[in-house]
Amino acid sequence: MSTSRVLFDEPGPIARRRIRVATVVVSIAVAGLIALAVRRFADHGQLDADKWRPYTTWPMWRYLLQGVRATVEAAAVATGLSLAGGIVLALGRLSPHRRFRWPAVVYIEVMRTVPVLLLVYIVLFGLPHYGVNLPLFWKLVAPLSVSSAAVFAEIFRAGILSLDRGQREAGLAIGMTRRQTMWIVVLPQAVRRLLPSLVSQSVGLLKDTSLGFIVSYSELLYSGRILATYNRLLIQTYIVIALVYIVINASLSKFARTLEARQGVRPAGRRRLLGFVRPRPYVAGSPHLRARPEHPAPQSEGPEPQNKIPA
Amino acid sequence: MDVVLRHWSAFTDGMTTTLELTALSFAGALLIGIVVAAMRVSPVPVLRGVGTVYVESFQNTPLLVLLVLFVFGLPEVGVIFPLFTTAVIAIALYEAAYIAEAVRSGINTVPVGQAEAARAIGLGFGQSLRLVILPQALRAVVQPIGNILIALTMNTSLAAAVGVVDLTAAANRVNLLEAQPIPVFVGAGLGYMAVCALVGLLTNLIERKVAIVR
Repeated sequence: MSTSRVLFDEPGPIARRRIRVATVVVSIAVAGLIALAVRRFADHGQLDADKWRPYTTWPMWRYLLQGVRATVEAAAVATGLSLAGGIVLALGRLSPHRRFRWPAVVYIEVMRTVPVLLLVYIVLFGLPHYGVNLPLFWKLVAPLSVSSAAVFAEIFRAGILSLDRGQREAGLAIGMTRRQTMWIVVLPQAVRRLLPSLVSQSVGLLKDTSLGFIVSYSELLYSGRILATYNRLLIQTYIVIALVYIVINASLSKFARTLEARQGVRPAGRRRLLGFVRPRPYVAGSPHLRARPEHPAPQSEGPEPQNKIPA
Repeated sequence: MDVVLRHWSAFTDGMTTTLELTALSFAGALLIGIVVAAMRVSPVPVLRGVGTVYVESFQNTPLLVLLVLFVFGLPEVGVIFPLFTTAVIAIALYEAAYIAEAVRSGINTVPVGQAEAARAIGLGFGQSLRLVILPQALRAVVQPIGNILIALTMNTSLAAAVGVVDLTAAANRVNLLEAQPIPVFVGAGLGYMAVCALVGLLTNLIERKVAIVR
C-alpha cells in the first residue's frame, strides 16, 4: 500500500475538487450501469417478486445448504489428501536420492500443466472402461486431489527452501537424522510460514469442487443446476449460487490475509528463540505477547494457526 | 496413438479453439486487469472501492459458475452472444481479477523514489502511473503473469463443460466414439503440456529481456 499512497500527494484544493468531480462521475457511471442491468432484468420479467420469492423460503435454503455441505466436505477431503500428497511430493523433489526425486519432478510438472477437467473426464469416461468405477464422491475428489497435490507440493517446496539453512544444519549438528531434522525442525516452521498460501490454495480447491456440475455430485453448483431445471429460474438460481460462493471464499481469503498480517507482526528472531523455549509460543494471550504493547496479542481473531493445520 | 492420428483433424480443430480462447481471453484479461489495478491505486475512493469489489467477487467465484451464469443465465435477460464469445468474456473477466492483483503487487515493487521523482517533476497521477510506474511494474510481473496465462490455458478447458468444442471436448468426443481413453486423453494432455511449456519458455525469454535488475 505504501507506493500507492506515494503516487499522489495529500490533495490540495484543486486536487480535492478533481477528486470530487471524479467521484461524482464514477458514481453516476456505476449507478447508470446498475440501472441498465436492472432495466434489462425488469424488461424480461426477471425482477418479478415471484421469481425471487423462492429464495426467501427455508426449504430452498435447506436444499442449498445441503449443497454447501457437500461442497465443503469434498473440498475438505480433497485438501487433506492433497496436503498429504503435497508433503510427500515436496520431500521427494528435495530428496538427495535420484530414484525419489525424478518421479516427484515428473508428477509435479505433468500435473501442473494438465487441466483438472481432463482428469475428471478420465475418471468419468476413461476408468470405467478398465472396470474402475469410483463412487460419485471420489469421482470428484480423486482428480481434484491428484491435480492439486502438485500445487501443494510446490508451495511446500518453496516454504522449505525459504527457511534459513541454519535450521537444518543445527538439527543435523545436534545429531538428528535427516528425517528427524525435516519432520521436527524444518517442516513445522515451514508449514507455519506457509499457512496463508495453504489457505488460499484451499480456496482454489473449494472453487474447483464446482466441477461436481459435470460429475453430477450434488455439491452447490450441481444442486443449483437441478433446482434450475425444476423451477426454470435460471438466472436467479445461478446468481444466488455465485453469491454463496463469494461469501464462503471471501471469508476464507480474509482468514488467509489475517494469518499473513499476523505473521508480519512477529519478529523472526524472537519466534525462533521462543520456539525452543516452549513448544507453543503463540497461544492467544500468552504472557510474552501481553508484556509487549507494541505487539498486541492476537486474542480475539479466532483460533491459533497451528491448531488449524489439517492432519 | 493410432486413434489420435485417425481423428487428427478433430484434435487440431480442438487445439485451434483452445488457442483462440486462450489468446482472446488473455488479451481481454490483460486489458481489464491493468485498468482495475490502476483503479485500485487511484486517489479517487470510489474507484478504489469499485476495483476492490471487482477483484473480490471475481476471485471468489468459481470460473465454472461464471461460465454457467453467462451461458445459460444471460439469455434469460436478453443478452445473447455466440457461445464462443460468451466463454471468452467470462474467462477474461475472471482472469482479469488475478492479473489486477499481479499488476498491483508489481506496482508495490516499484521503489518509492520513482513515484516521488515523477511527482517532483510535476506529473499528475495518471501521467506518473502511465509513464513511470506501470512500465516498471509490468516488467516486474512478467513471471507471475506468465503463470496466470498457464492457469488461464488450463481454465479454458472449463468452456468444454458449457459446450465449446475445445481440445478437452474434442478428446472426450473421440473417446466416446472409439472407447480408447488412454491414448486419447494422453494425447490431449500432451497438447496442453506443449502449450504450457511454450508459454513458460516465452515468459522466461521475455523476462530475461525486460527485467530490471535492482
